[in-house]
Amino acid sequence: MDPAEWKLSVEHLTLIMPNDGAPRLILDDVGFAVRAGEVFTIVGPSGSAKSSTLRAIDRLVEPTGGRVLLDGRPTNTLPVQELRRRVGMVFQTPALFAGTVLDNVLYGPRLHGIIGGQADGGREQGCDLLGRVGLPPDFCDRSADQLSGGEAQRVCLARALANDPEVLLLDEPTASLDPGAARVVEDLLLRLAADTELTFVFVTHDLAQARRIGDHGLLLVDGRVVEQGPLPELFDRPGDEATRLFLAGRLGGEPTT
Amino acid sequence: MRESRQAGVAMSEAWFDKGLAVIAAQQFGYLDVVAALAMLAIAVVLSYRERLGLEKDLLVASLRAFVQLMAIGYVIDLIFGAERFIWVLLMVVAMAAFATFTSTRRARALPGSWWIMAAAIGLSAALTLGLMLGLGIIDSRARYVIPIAGMIIGNTMTVASVTVVRLLEDARDQRPRIEAALALGATPRQAADDLIRGSVRLAMVPVIDSTKTMGIVFLPGAMTGMILAGADPLEAVKLQVVIMYMLAAATAVSATTAALLTPRRLFTPQQQLRRLG
Repeated sequence: MDPAEWKLSVEHLTLIMPNDGAPRLILDDVGFAVRAGEVFTIVGPSGSAKSSTLRAIDRLVEPTGGRVLLDGRPTNTLPVQELRRRVGMVFQTPALFAGTVLDNVLYGPRLHGIIGGQADGGREQGCDLLGRVGLPPDFCDRSADQLSGGEAQRVCLARALANDPEVLLLDEPTASLDPGAARVVEDLLLRLAADTELTFVFVTHDLAQARRIGDHGLLLVDGRVVEQGPLPELFDRPGDEATRLFLAGRLGGEPTT
Repeated sequence: MRESRQAGVAMSEAWFDKGLAVIAAQQFGYLDVVAALAMLAIAVVLSYRERLGLEKDLLVASLRAFVQLMAIGYVIDLIFGAERFIWVLLMVVAMAAFATFTSTRRARALPGSWWIMAAAIGLSAALTLGLMLGLGIIDSRARYVIPIAGMIIGNTMTVASVTVVRLLEDARDQRPRIEAALALGATPRQAADDLIRGSVRLAMVPVIDSTKTMGIVFLPGAMTGMILAGADPLEAVKLQVVIMYMLAAATAVSATTAALLTPRRLFTPQQQLRRLG
């Protein structure tokens, strides 16, 4: 495929972090490409630099080397704000701002002046977004610090969607939730993936979840791509020793059979 | 003493002069200083018995203060004698430089913060001193400018340090929220907005509280000195009111400048929140 046809491509991404004078190689020549509208899954044991990969894509950390292309255009040629508006991110632990749920959901649109002219100050749009993540409209006026973990994470998802992103980076969005809430959020993501044009890059250490959600994916170990391909075939016919070890639960993940 | 100035809009130096003259009239000998040391001994003994571990700090700080004050006494004496504005100016700049150095050390967790401190202290001091001189509230002679500049710079120094250190700690505690805001397309200023306001507010609290309770809870330094020395309390009050307003203005400018400049060091040019100690 021509580089311009990929929604998002990551080429030779390298990240070196200063670490008390002993620089550490966090990402080592990571490369993959994501089609528009698909769910691309990054699986790996904890500490394999999955989060760092997403953070480097969104430029929350500056990559040491390599590049990221969005619709074929290097992201370091885009204004950072534009990149982050078009490529949204949901973090492992929901971090809401002080104020109401509506304040949180409308944070992005208010920043970008999208809701300036609306008579209701964007209330309808906010309630709409809450509906998309399965929360009733009366959540709008709730204080953001009175939500359960699952509710908070769904508000974070609505907040990211409010920016109308093209790509959504999800950093283990269900890992901090109890199993029930995790399932609700996962189902929600599956529905979003099916119903919208959104492209997802989904990070998880949970192999079963990767199988359920991903169209394509890769296995990341110690900041290196070990293997990549379509899911779930990648895990059914592992071609690499590290993949086999990971599948056998020997690399710190939580594989299920 | 120029009587004509006394009718002016500002305080005249007449009663200021009188206050200082009366202070000077009561002679302090070195024996009095040694006697005051006895009180320091109480603090040291207390620290030792309660194992606070502050004895060394207390002693070193007291000794430093003594040496510094003696030295500055001689310098001021020289400058008063020379009565050249350039010397006064140099003295004020030196004070500001030392204050910048002290604030920078306080905020050493933020590398390269010296220019933030220099800007906060320099701007607030230049603005308030300039205004006081320009409006003729104080005379440009050394004996007025130097003590007033000392008060302004001392206060703006504290406020600049508190503002920057608070902002730094908040940024560390609230990293997830800040990065969530950045990830939604916020600029560093927008992402740190709450923190900026919080740090200015915190730094200003002591100034505002002491202004509020002025005269009820404590009698401030300059006024206390004048009253102790036997000056007319009403004249001491007038001086204090001017100083109070001036300090409120100076600290507000210092805190705001520091808080608005700090994000430039907290974030990278690519708008990433730095990892600091």
